[in-house]
Amino acid sequence: MLPHMRYSVFKVLRDGLTSNRHLQPAWRDAVPKPHYDIVIVGGGGHGMATAYYLAKVHGLTNIAVVEKGWIGGGNAGRNTTIIRSNYLLAANEPFYEWSMKLWEGLEQELNYNVMVSQSGIINLIHSDAQRDAYVRRGNAMILNGAGAKLLSREDVREHLPFLDFDNGRFPIKGGLQQPRAGTARHDAVVWGYARAASALGVDIIQNCEVVDFLFQDGRIAGVKTTRGDIKADKTALAVAGNTSRLTSKLGFRLPIESYVLQAFISEGLKPFIHGAFTFGAGHFYCSQSDKGELVFGGDIDGYNSYAQRGNLPVVEDVFEGGAALIPFLPRLRYLRQWAGICDMSMDGSPIMCVGPVPGLYLNAAWNYGGFKATPASGWCFAHTIARDEAHPLNKNFRIDRFRTGHLIDEKGVGAQPNLH
Amino acid sequence: MLIDCPYCGARDSHEFTYRGDATGTRPDPAAENAGEAFHDYVYLRDNPAGDHLGWWYHGAGCRQWLKVSRNTLTHAINAVRLARDEVKS
Ligand SMILES: Cc1cc2nc3c(=O)[nH]c(=O)nc-3n(C[C@H](O)[C@H](O)[C@H](O)COP(=O)(O)OP(=O)(O)OC[C@H]3O[C@@H](n4cnc5c(N)ncnc54)[C@H](O)[C@@H]3O)c2cc1C
Ligand SMILES: [Zn+2]
Repeated sequence: MLPHMRYSVFKVLRDGLTSNRHLQPAWRDAVPKPHYDIVIVGGGGHGMATAYYLAKVHGLTNIAVVEKGWIGGGNAGRNTTIIRSNYLLAANEPFYEWSMKLWEGLEQELNYNVMVSQSGIINLIHSDAQRDAYVRRGNAMILNGAGAKLLSREDVREHLPFLDFDNGRFPIKGGLQQPRAGTARHDAVVWGYARAASALGVDIIQNCEVVDFLFQDGRIAGVKTTRGDIKADKTALAVAGNTSRLTSKLGFRLPIESYVLQAFISEGLKPFIHGAFTFGAGHFYCSQSDKGELVFGGDIDGYNSYAQRGNLPVVEDVFEGGAALIPFLPRLRYLRQWAGICDMSMDGSPIMCVGPVPGLYLNAAWNYGGFKATPASGWCFAHTIARDEAHPLNKNFRIDRFRTGHLIDEKGVGAQPNLH
Repeated sequence: MLIDCPYCGARDSHEFTYRGDATGTRPDPAAENAGEAFHDYVYLRDNPAGDHLGWWYHGAGCRQWLKVSRNTLTHAINAVRLARDEVKS
């Protein structure tokens, strides 16, 4: 194991003065052992956070995280980095608020700069009905300790003076703000958890694709991988958009469909946006990165896909939404565009549970919003795996809710995953 | 992505609305296991990485429902049929 070097200002100075000659890898690139207590499939944010909390909170360290590519190369490194806890439903809001609290202390916890910036989020209001809905949501947030502020049109103007307030079709009437929301550096979150988990003894195994499962006495007893069989007492899936591909090997189907979500980056501009904001009349959300680029996105591409690249109709749609809100947006240059595969569920909410097969633990269905969930997902999934029962915060994320009718449908659109 | 509508010819996917998976058949509500069968029908999906059958509506064209076989890894479209030709009478 590497000595756990603490990062500090003095280390930065020392490394700078010695031309970074003494830099060490932040975590061990491990070779698979034949057996672990727990194998976590998927080295995204959720898999890595789960490994860390299993080791830190539950004292379990004989753990491997197996990743088919490189850690953070999936949605964890592709998202638009917004973190928030502004949900309405009682099954969701306490979970996301716990995540927000973990974000608030994450850098100290991991001794790693994940660049959490609590610059706030504003959901814009364009109609009376929308204001009523946001007042209700804001009250739910306040009841759960997340905090919320109803902004008048003039308040919004103070924060975001460049918006098209008098747009002919969608004038801006106000906003719902969560001041504690913000952004974090997406792939640094994976690296920070990886470094901290590795220091506690967790094996991180890259370029290792799980292709099937091992069975013993009617239980899952580990995984078959491109780097050989790995036995495990407990096998935990955290593979986001690829979950159905793995469970199809077990002969069961999930209430999940995979869709592409795209992200867009403009040229760098002087800082003029503090925090994130969302359009209330179309699907468009935007923030400005520390490098000055506008980072934005909108709807998922509307049809099932595993292609990890987007198509033009949604590009057009996102830019139309953006231009309706930010009049100068069409005059900017755009540097990059990419996409990730989202595990969209039938009610738009996650699944995190023991089973449904003995020896298996499932963490999936994060839709397009699982980055903000990363710390709490790791916290709760670690509890679920270690104790063989759900944590109170994920007890509603049961897979059988679709059978019993206890759906968690924030938008109320029904079993139509491309509309959530 | 171009969808080759049997009636209109190859058209931009922008002209179509996607409805979702087209492999399921609505179960018999009078059957003994109807509750379970409807759960599977409404909520569970194969969600394949590869060939996938989906419903598409040609709203900006002939306004007919199509059944499209498309590869979810490459977006290549293998076959497009009019839904009405598929419906069992
Ligand atoms: C463009 C875009 C924008 C987004 N914006 C936001 C946002 O602003 N805020 C927010 O909260 N959320 C956002 N999300 C959603 C969020 O990124 C995801 O919900 C979240 O990252 C999923 O969890 P993860 O980090 O564990 O997933 P991933 O990083 O995708 O991790 C899963 C890992 O599993 C690996 N894997 C898959 N199959 C196998 C296998 N067979 N064997 C081994 N390894 C395997 C993959 O390679 C991958 O690394 C966005 C997503 C996208 C695509
Ligand atoms: Zn047509």
